[in-house]
Amino acid sequence: MTAFPPVTIVSGVPAPLLRDDVDTDAIIPSREINRVSKAGLGQALFAGWRYRVGTRDAVPDFVLNRPEYAQAAILLGGANFGCGSSREHAVWALHDWGIRVVIAPGFAPIFRGNCVRNGVLPAVLDDVASLADGAPVTVDLAAQRVRHGGRTHGFDIAAPDKAMLLGGLDAIDLTRQLGPEIAAFHARDRAARPWIYA
Amino acid sequence: MGSVALQSLAEARRAVVDPDRVFAMIDHIVDTTPGRTGTLVPGGEAFLTATREACAAAGIRVFDIGDGEQGIVHVAGPELGLALPGATIVCPDSHTCTQGALGALAWGIGASEAEHALATGTLRMTRAGTMRITIDGRLGHGVTAKDLALALLARFGADGGQGMAVEYAGEAVRAMEVEARLTLCNMATEFGAMTGLIAPDAVLFAWLRGRPHAPAGAAWEAALATWRELATDDGATFDIEHCFDARDVAPMIGWGTSPAQSVAVGDRAPADNAYMAVEGGAPLLGLPIDAAFIGSCTNGRLSDLRAAADVLRGRQVAPGVRAWVVPGSTSVRAAAEAEGLDRVFTDAGFEWRESGCSMCFHAGGPGLPPGSRVVSSTNRNFEGRQGVGVRTHIASPATVAASAVAGVLADPR
Ligand code: SF4
Repeated sequence: MTAFPPVTIVSGVPAPLLRDDVDTDAIIPSREINRVSKAGLGQALFAGWRYRVGTRDAVPDFVLNRPEYAQAAILLGGANFGCGSSREHAVWALHDWGIRVVIAPGFAPIFRGNCVRNGVLPAVLDDVASLADGAPVTVDLAAQRVRHGGRTHGFDIAAPDKAMLLGGLDAIDLTRQLGPEIAAFHARDRAARPWIYA
Repeated sequence: MGSVALQSLAEARRAVVDPDRVFAMIDHIVDTTPGRTGTLVPGGEAFLTATREACAAAGIRVFDIGDGEQGIVHVAGPELGLALPGATIVCPDSHTCTQGALGALAWGIGASEAEHALATGTLRMTRAGTMRITIDGRLGHGVTAKDLALALLARFGADGGQGMAVEYAGEAVRAMEVEARLTLCNMATEFGAMTGLIAPDAVLFAWLRGRPHAPAGAAWEAALATWRELATDDGATFDIEHCFDARDVAPMIGWGTSPAQSVAVGDRAPADNAYMAVEGGAPLLGLPIDAAFIGSCTNGRLSDLRAAADVLRGRQVAPGVRAWVVPGSTSVRAAAEAEGLDRVFTDAGFEWRESGCSMCFHAGGPGLPPGSRVVSSTNRNFEGRQGVGVRTHIASPATVAASAVAGVLADPR
């Protein structure tokens, strides 16, 4: 069983949101998380910045409201992207809106983990600003390269994360193949530290 | 958020591998007004019902409204002895790192990882980097672990510990009571860290002994023997080492929309922040406030309430300021009432609430109007965190109390 469509090659004009410390409250405010399901969260993405206070009227300047980025599948972010709350809704909202790749100089660890479990590639690249000139880019996960104009840049991603995204793998299925080893570990640990299991 | 994981698991027809090692806390959206019966968050009742049903089906213990052991998970977990040294603890909440103060490996995860943990009793992890922050000297009078956490963030930045397991060490940390250590580790996630940790020691063991879910009798002695082995070896090396001097820390105040945007309360704002309506170069002391909040998994423990009450005794909240205090757990609330702290707060004009996350974040329902300026003992000052357009200045409980009395941002000393 695959958890989501694999991420392989993604192309297009990236939407630049080049501020540092974009937190998950900004990506999706708590007040927008009033449903149990993941579908349809795209309309709540960046609600606090995208809409005028207390309405659904678009703020025309906000990057995702600009017509040239309406189809963007790649988002460019600043340092420490996705900091704050662990809410996975932040990634569900990005994915539902259409984002498949976020390129940033760094990601908060919980957000990064949430991305790779939901078919969003968190690509670590220092010089993100150079990709924001309006020209299309192509992100090739297998090669770990971003092509832009005539140039290519390598980006970083941990090998297990890369494998999950490329294969659209379900982590639980993968781990379950290790069932006997895990059971043996728990049995040994239970004998050594019974108070943990009591 | 646990109910999202449990529901998804049930839909996939996967079982919880060991429900005895899983606990559910009703904290984020629970109403905190006295006499509460549920939640005031729109759509929240469905969440609570879903959580209760999913836990009942899976055989998971729920700490619910009316339960003496209910509280914010990162406050109640340690005080119940559910968190223990050497334990591996995950929870779909970013402040799980708080519990690293007990020498546990505790970190926040998303809903999908929670599902994985429930279904397999494991997580797939990339090994975190290691960082040690050694804090020499002692904190000055009126300076708290919260001020230290904010000072560390101001120095090293909101991504200063990105992806790291951070050990807090040194004289200042060894001198801290356990509740202060929990406050310090709470804000490791604000630092981008995977977790924060403090070596277990005699102070911790004395604090843990006799807690409801801690081992007892022979099991206590056996556990203690293993816990004494957990501290970092002499000569251990870390990927990154920082030193910091506790004597340099003053009471701190947030001025911006990242917790790293914090300065000594007597300083001037270093830059403009339009959302906060703060001007670069302007003093922060004296900025008029509309509301004051004491509580949260950062500063909702008994020692926090005592520190605030010490400031408030015999004084009054300034006219026009709405002030409330929300104990971090039901047992903190009971202990505070046994000492008469509730009367100190209500006499001063604070609302005395039931335990929960409350106004630490705003998910809809009753709240403050846009543009309100709040001084808050919480951990995050993100845009909209406490409501649409609400401006949050994070600080220690004593600073919140002093500001509530003054009606403006104030130094507690
Ligand atoms: S008190 Fe605030 S920071 Fe802590 S768990 Fe609750 S909402 Fe999160």
